[in-house]
Amino acid sequence: MARYVIGRVLQFVLTAALASVVVFVLMQVLPGNAAQVALGTSATPEAVAALEAEYGLDRPRIVQYLSWIGGVLTGDFGTSYVTKAPISPVIFNSIQVTLIVVLASMALALAVAVPLGTAAAVLHNRPTGVIISGASQIGIAIPNFLAAIILVMVFSLGLGWFPSSGWQAPIEGFGGFLERLVLPVTALALVQAAILTRYVRSAVLEVMREDFLRTARAKGLPAGRALVRHGLRNAAIPVVTVAGVQLATLLIGAVVIEQVFVLPGMGTELVRAVSNRDLVTVQGIVMVLVVLVLLLNLIVDLLYSVLDPRVRRAA
Amino acid sequence: MTTRRSLDPTLDPTGSAELAGETVEPGAPGAIDPGAVDAAAKPRRRRLNASLVIGLILVGLVVVMALVSYVWTPYNPTEAMPEDRLQGASAAHWFGTDRYGRDTFTWIMFGSRITLLVGIVSVAIAMLIGVPLGIIAGMTNSGLLSGTIMRGNDLLLAFPALLLAIVFSAVYGPGTGPAMVALGIASIPGFARVARSGTLQVMSTEYVMAARAANRGTFAIATTHVLPNIAGMVIVQASVAFALAVLAEAGLSFLGLGTQAPAPSWGRMLQESQQFLGTRPELALWPGLFIAIAVLGFNLLGDGLRDRLDPKLRGRD
Amino acid sequence: MTESLLTVQDLEISAGQRHLVHPTSFTIAAGERVGLIGESGSGKSLTSAAVMGLLPGELSARGQVKLSGTEGNLLTWSERRMARLRGRDLSMVFQEPMSALNPLMRVGEQVAEVMRIHRTANPAQAKARAVELLERVRLPDPRAAARAYPHQLSGGQRQRVMLAIAMANSPRLLICDEPTTALDVTVQAQVLDLIREAVVADGTGLLFITHDLAVVASVCERVMVMYRGRIVESGSCEQIFTDPQHEYTRGLLAASDLTATDDRGRLFTIASAARYRSHASGDGAMTDAEADAGSASRAAPVDLATGEPLIEVSELVKTYSRTRTSLFGRADRVEALRGISLSIPAGRRFGIVGESGSGKSTLLKILSGLEPPTTGSVQVGGVHVESATSAQLRSMREDLQIVFQDPFASLDPRMKVADIIAEPLVPMRVPERKRRERVAETLAAVGLEPESAHRFPHQFSGGQRQRISIARALVCRPRILVADEPVSALDVSVRAQVLNLLTDLVDEYQLTLVFVSHDLGVVRHLCSDVAVMKSGEIVETGDVESIYTNPQHPYTASLVAATPSLEDAFAAS
Repeated sequence: MARYVIGRVLQFVLTAALASVVVFVLMQVLPGNAAQVALGTSATPEAVAALEAEYGLDRPRIVQYLSWIGGVLTGDFGTSYVTKAPISPVIFNSIQVTLIVVLASMALALAVAVPLGTAAAVLHNRPTGVIISGASQIGIAIPNFLAAIILVMVFSLGLGWFPSSGWQAPIEGFGGFLERLVLPVTALALVQAAILTRYVRSAVLEVMREDFLRTARAKGLPAGRALVRHGLRNAAIPVVTVAGVQLATLLIGAVVIEQVFVLPGMGTELVRAVSNRDLVTVQGIVMVLVVLVLLLNLIVDLLYSVLDPRVRRAA
Repeated sequence: MTTRRSLDPTLDPTGSAELAGETVEPGAPGAIDPGAVDAAAKPRRRRLNASLVIGLILVGLVVVMALVSYVWTPYNPTEAMPEDRLQGASAAHWFGTDRYGRDTFTWIMFGSRITLLVGIVSVAIAMLIGVPLGIIAGMTNSGLLSGTIMRGNDLLLAFPALLLAIVFSAVYGPGTGPAMVALGIASIPGFARVARSGTLQVMSTEYVMAARAANRGTFAIATTHVLPNIAGMVIVQASVAFALAVLAEAGLSFLGLGTQAPAPSWGRMLQESQQFLGTRPELALWPGLFIAIAVLGFNLLGDGLRDRLDPKLRGRD
Repeated sequence: MTESLLTVQDLEISAGQRHLVHPTSFTIAAGERVGLIGESGSGKSLTSAAVMGLLPGELSARGQVKLSGTEGNLLTWSERRMARLRGRDLSMVFQEPMSALNPLMRVGEQVAEVMRIHRTANPAQAKARAVELLERVRLPDPRAAARAYPHQLSGGQRQRVMLAIAMANSPRLLICDEPTTALDVTVQAQVLDLIREAVVADGTGLLFITHDLAVVASVCERVMVMYRGRIVESGSCEQIFTDPQHEYTRGLLAASDLTATDDRGRLFTIASAARYRSHASGDGAMTDAEADAGSASRAAPVDLATGEPLIEVSELVKTYSRTRTSLFGRADRVEALRGISLSIPAGRRFGIVGESGSGKSTLLKILSGLEPPTTGSVQVGGVHVESATSAQLRSMREDLQIVFQDPFASLDPRMKVADIIAEPLVPMRVPERKRRERVAETLAAVGLEPESAHRFPHQFSGGQRQRISIARALVCRPRILVADEPVSALDVSVRAQVLNLLTDLVDEYQLTLVFVSHDLGVVRHLCSDVAVMKSGEIVETGDVESIYTNPQHPYTASLVAATPSLEDAFAAS
């Protein structure tokens, strides 16, 4: 078990290191000249040279990479060429917003998907099961920003129940914080719940075919209790895996949702930096998102080994 | 691992068919194995597959719209008719008009082109790179090459499609081209994984062992045994990846980082509709509906094909 | 034996319009041990599932199932009411031990659970009783076993756990559905003993489902024979074995008897069973002399033993390094073969017998050059396999062809039969036209219609597929045919036909046969020589009759004793 955890953590560190190289190469090496990009094609060579000198872009690439990644590891993402402001505060403020939205959405999506998916599996040849199944199929096909727009149309513009946009930190007023959280979280969670419902359904269906459920019934458990006692934990294993992958998707999905609701999250900052051609900021935010994705995968794998004794012994 | 004896789903205890050399058709009376009750209870003959049919119809609708748009559209997409701004549905404008008085139905028709183009190009990129890599990884299982490929795959998985597309638009400027390439690269791991796991499965079968014992070379085994047997899974993956690409492109265009004006794209139509949500909600609903139709179509197509093609689900009949 | 425990009347099982079990009636008396025998698809498993109320949802059962001491027809009971009966009055052991236990729950808990469900013990008692029960089914170190997860136990151990669960509440009826089919022969013998002892000790009635006549004879008092959804015959073991009435029973009996052959030295098939019947009922059992005479005529190949050995293996070692932790021992390196030496002269029929994990499959892969040995040397037809150039390996493989075990996995489902059979000819650059001729010839040789060439594997039955597999092996006219358990996945009646075909072809093509099997009986019938393998070593080798009748190594002796044979069954009845 310990060997497995250590091995998996090492793999995470290695992949993250490689990913940082990829991000650096993508953002700094491929475009050619970051200073030129930031200033635009009309900039004079003198202005470009001045910017390069100011930010150390005239140093060798490897030195630039090491100084950047060294900063990242100590929480310093450098200074934007465009706004001339340090990037770290931007990231630290926006990551909170994004994480709150993403985690709340995942919790809501799971709360909906687990019972619905189980019901769809148990009732798979009854109308209820078919309806749940069909509805989830349609739900998957709706982009989350469309769901967001529809929610705004109905609950904000139509019924006036919730504000259509904006953000309030919890300390500034918890009621206002919750009020502004409802629509973005629901929009993300709806689509996510549809995806997870399908996975829960197929995981439970799979488990229902297992021989050990027949054994449980042969021992004297009625079919329903056999499924609850023996089936659901087994079905949880593939669902946990998928939920981890889906958290990564949610993280990126939040980028779009934040635009709809004008939330000051990582997505909003990312899109702003891209439009400003502020590559250093983009680089920082992308690096954080990538590490978050890898971290989620790591957590899922560790959780998996807790759930499944067969993985525990595999080194 | 699980071993199953008494695999024979065909019942012929008399051996009469054996002796007569007559083939036992699956689904013939008596072709029942208690071990395969599940399979026996379901009709063996291929019945109409609802997912497949609906999926084909929806995908067909989008394809036909794109094709027709090359020969006919109600209006010129760039033709602004200021006097017809923000109209509702009418005989002249089936889906109404936008803020410049451009015909929404025409834009929906043109938008289907971008949607299909992005899907086709990105899936082609991902398939052409991912499948060979997956097969190589599967056939050289546990070798250095396979390890490198799979680590590379893990690395690529850290860059979700939309994120990679945003990065590309930051570096190369927003546009359909970088978007297609980014989405294609981000879809490689999916294909590589499917191809690898399928290849591992095929490589462990006795028929591949028989082929090796019969002196077939690695390349011959890859083309005559592996590829035909994993083709089904790859096609299913292509359908799913297509749906994901459509979604990602719509999201990217919605952010203004994908297809640029004046080219009509469903995602950008949605974005531009946002300021008229209170007055003309259908401006958002039409492109939204067609994105959903395209995604649903490809997802259903994938589901339907999986039922048909996946050797695991086909049973052993 | 007057009171009947279970009464089944006109039980009928159907899937929609299709009838899988036709109206069937039988009774089981309290404490009686009844066998239900039939080949795959006969409906025997469905019958037992219906009694337990465990039929899959798509199937429906009609008729009556009554259990003494309860009112009414069990088929009409609700799931909840049936559940109270299952695990307490009726219990069941299934065929597949590897998947029958919950992988996420400790074994002890799974045993204790059946007592907690029926409140036959409080939680603390149940825990202690679970360990006792595991001891009763003779698991080594029952305390450790109770704490283990199923994946840490072997198949045989898991089946013992299943038996412990089934017997925990001393049920009145135990149903065993092919409980030993997936197990090794020696393990099978132990589990069968356990089952018999357990039901006799508790006075439990037994419904024992199997395809193996010899197994049923060792456990049951009475046998019912099921064929195509009907019980065609039932009676005491003695009666069924000595005086079978139904044609199918006679055929099954004849085809199962690997010691009886017709005048050509071939096994009886269902078609030729008529002649067998007179033989068996003549004196009730075969004498040893007869058996010997039979085998002498069989195992008399052209004596080429004076020639050079065709296959020469010396000091062969194969080590895999992998991590594998089992409950009773930890191994990082698996020694699949630990110094194997053998020599097979041309023209012999050489059997290799061993149970799972004995290394016989590894030996086979090395022989055919599919895997390199760790150390040692292998020589096939003058080619040193371990150091052969690819050209040498190619010519060696043209000499040596393999028939695999699983008729479903050994044929590419996407290829037509003609292409499957022709595959070995492609690397030999045989022209297309010639390939087609050879395929047609070979198809005829294995007894398949010429039209078969244009069909796909799924259109054939298991036995027919094995014929295709044999045709593929023979199409390039090898000198050596290696068969890896070619009949172990086949029904008994089909097995006899495939074995006869192999015998014919070995004679006709003058092949040297290497026949790998877990079944000593089959090897005894087919082979002239045998090597017995255990844990990567050859424990004994020699001519097949003397090894069978006078085994020197204790393992060989235990293998011979454990192999269920009809002779013993005859003798017992």
